[in-house]
Amino acid sequence: MSLQIDRSAHMEFSSAGDDHFEQMLKPCGDRVPNALNDPWVNDLSEEDLADLYTDMVVIRRLDTEATALQRQGELALWPPLLGQEASQVGAARAMQKDDFVFPSYRESGVMVLRGVNPTDLMRVWRGSSATSWNPYDMNVASPQIIIGAQTHHAVGYAMGLAMDGVDAAAVSFFGDGATSQGDVNEAMVFAATYHAPAVFFCQNNHWAISEPVGLQSQTHIAERARGFGIPAVRVDGNDVLAVLAVTRRALDQARNGGGPFFIEAVTYRMGPHTTADDPTRYRDQAELEHWKERDPLDRLSKYLEKSGADMEAIQRRAQEAADKIAAVVRKELKETVEPTPRNLFENVYVNEHPRINEQRDHYGAYLEQFGETLDGTQAGA
Amino acid sequence: MTALQKTEKLGKTTFGGALNAGLRAALANDPKVLLMGEDIGKLGGVFRITDGLQAEFGEHRVLDSPLAESGIIGTAVGLAYRGYRPVPEIQFDGFVYPAFDQIVSQVAKIHYRTGGAVTIPMTIRIPFGGGIGSPEHHSESPEAYFVHTPGLRVVSPSSPAEAYWMIQDAIACEDPVIFFEPKRHYHDKQDLTGIEEGKDRLPLGAARVAREGEHVTLVSYGSLVKTCLNVATAAEDEGISIEVIDLRSLSPIDFGTIEASVRKTGRLVIAHEAALTGGLGAEIATGVTERCFHYLEHAPVRVTGWDLPYPPSKLEKHHVPDLDRILDGVDRALDRPNSYSRFEGK
Ligand SMILES: Cc1ncc(C[n+]2csc(CCOP(=O)(O)OP(=O)(O)O)c2C)c(N)n1
Repeated sequence: MSLQIDRSAHMEFSSAGDDHFEQMLKPCGDRVPNALNDPWVNDLSEEDLADLYTDMVVIRRLDTEATALQRQGELALWPPLLGQEASQVGAARAMQKDDFVFPSYRESGVMVLRGVNPTDLMRVWRGSSATSWNPYDMNVASPQIIIGAQTHHAVGYAMGLAMDGVDAAAVSFFGDGATSQGDVNEAMVFAATYHAPAVFFCQNNHWAISEPVGLQSQTHIAERARGFGIPAVRVDGNDVLAVLAVTRRALDQARNGGGPFFIEAVTYRMGPHTTADDPTRYRDQAELEHWKERDPLDRLSKYLEKSGADMEAIQRRAQEAADKIAAVVRKELKETVEPTPRNLFENVYVNEHPRINEQRDHYGAYLEQFGETLDGTQAGA
Repeated sequence: MTALQKTEKLGKTTFGGALNAGLRAALANDPKVLLMGEDIGKLGGVFRITDGLQAEFGEHRVLDSPLAESGIIGTAVGLAYRGYRPVPEIQFDGFVYPAFDQIVSQVAKIHYRTGGAVTIPMTIRIPFGGGIGSPEHHSESPEAYFVHTPGLRVVSPSSPAEAYWMIQDAIACEDPVIFFEPKRHYHDKQDLTGIEEGKDRLPLGAARVAREGEHVTLVSYGSLVKTCLNVATAAEDEGISIEVIDLRSLSPIDFGTIEASVRKTGRLVIAHEAALTGGLGAEIATGVTERCFHYLEHAPVRVTGWDLPYPPSKLEKHHVPDLDRILDGVDRALDRPNSYSRFEGK
């Protein structure tokens, strides 16, 4: 016997092929009839589909803009979502206002579509602030860095929704790597136990930094949720229509007292883990090529084209929207008013804290020795 | 908080009973207060601190939770996000570590991380300390880990009277509070008649001069305050007058009260059950030295648990500072012969 280490990132393509996840649009743009999911997206007009396409174009553009801004020194770091646009757009657009999102760091698409100003989000990665938005304004918690921790918060929030008699749900987002964390597994126990209106949205993008999904799970991730008594669906995460349908279904069940739901969106992280990562050290170019053929934007565009839409016009409008928002973000980011030393000491506690006040006042006195102040101005100026 | 506070009349009450009454008042006065934890509902907790509360307030206010500490605290974070005021119980001190990440990375930091938009008014109750002959992991004093974590308040009551108000003040506090209950005093009794009038109620962050004295300042908290008061009584026979300070708040520390005392006595002894290295004694000794070095007649003295994993219970009497070991520390602070004399050439 010897120790086995599975470095495969291709579990889903081993024997069963693409089709054992829920799919409504094939990579070639053909529509796959799906009795279970069709009713959840039947209401979509061609215009709605074009809007979903625009969402994906805008999200991709913001993502590439952020990567460029990082290269130019405007951001300290950025976690790209390239390739995961359909998962994020489909999920975000399925939610209603009252639903509450507990995202990880990679859900910039979800956050922006929920109403977070992309510049505010980028300021987090610039190092100018920790959240820079009020989570209650758009029901989006601050992005979670501790892998998996937010799943508990979503379940607790969902329990609160149920206790308050509010018909809404809480959605946590996390990656395939996160499913190895105790917290994610505990959160499923709590959600199932209390029948909480919590939706677990796992973006299985096949990689946790350099570790392929085979190192995290030897079964489909959705399968694990079923073991907790939580209904689960594997969905083609590069198919925006299928993700939208499945998430609507999950949210509807949760909102109507059906308890938690788990979604494994099978997608792919086409970029690096973050701008500090070098994926050529651990994965093959061939794998990337395989996934490029499954690009989430291409497939919706092909579908629209096949159904007779004026794709050129749609593309042009989407591009204009993307260019516009990218320009605004670039401008706003450069106008960021950086925090002052005084901000450093704020909001550690709600109530006054004598030791922090002492340390702040002392630091103020220290700065004054150099003609500076806690407010970032020159003393006496 | 409702304008009309509900309170019950208490007579002779145990420490546990005072906590129970305080929790009952908090539940009655604020519908957002929720208790959650392992075995706290039907059973009333392994120490019966929540006895009867589920029957009175219902399963939705007093939740029996799955057996997962990280889940208890993490779920409580979500409830706090939703506007609730969760009061999770950790069954024993040594079982808080699975929840350490949620406490340190989430509970403590969310207010700062969200620029003040989200408050986490959570009170985490933890029975702590030794002296009840328990097996491994049931007698620990992990307070320093939490005191070292910005964003948390840490408190410990030392008597039924303190427990009754402190638990209510902790729950009413907008900041997260780690609430350490000296489990070996759960059965101690005190007459609490008239306590609801709140005459001796101090703010959450204040230390209390538990007994006035002239020659030595003796600082402690939680389980050892009672021992320290006995130390002061014993020392009186030898003409030594000890001022006992019950810290009450371990974070932030009320240095004003300690400093005023040390300026008067010139001598400082700190006693705690937790290990010496990196413990609260170190923080208090340094803080006092920085603030009133010139008033000190002797270096601050620490009397603490040894730097050991908590020992098997047959040995705990050698580990937890008792009356004689604290008196020995007082002797040292007074330059009288003591166990250190031979090491110090005195
Ligand atoms: C508790 C914890 N351990 C380690 C890390 C470092 N880390 C950041 S992202 C990451 C990989 C996460 O992978 P996955 O959950 O699949 O999400 P993805 O990044 O692919 O979106 C790791 C190990 C962390 N942030 N938190």
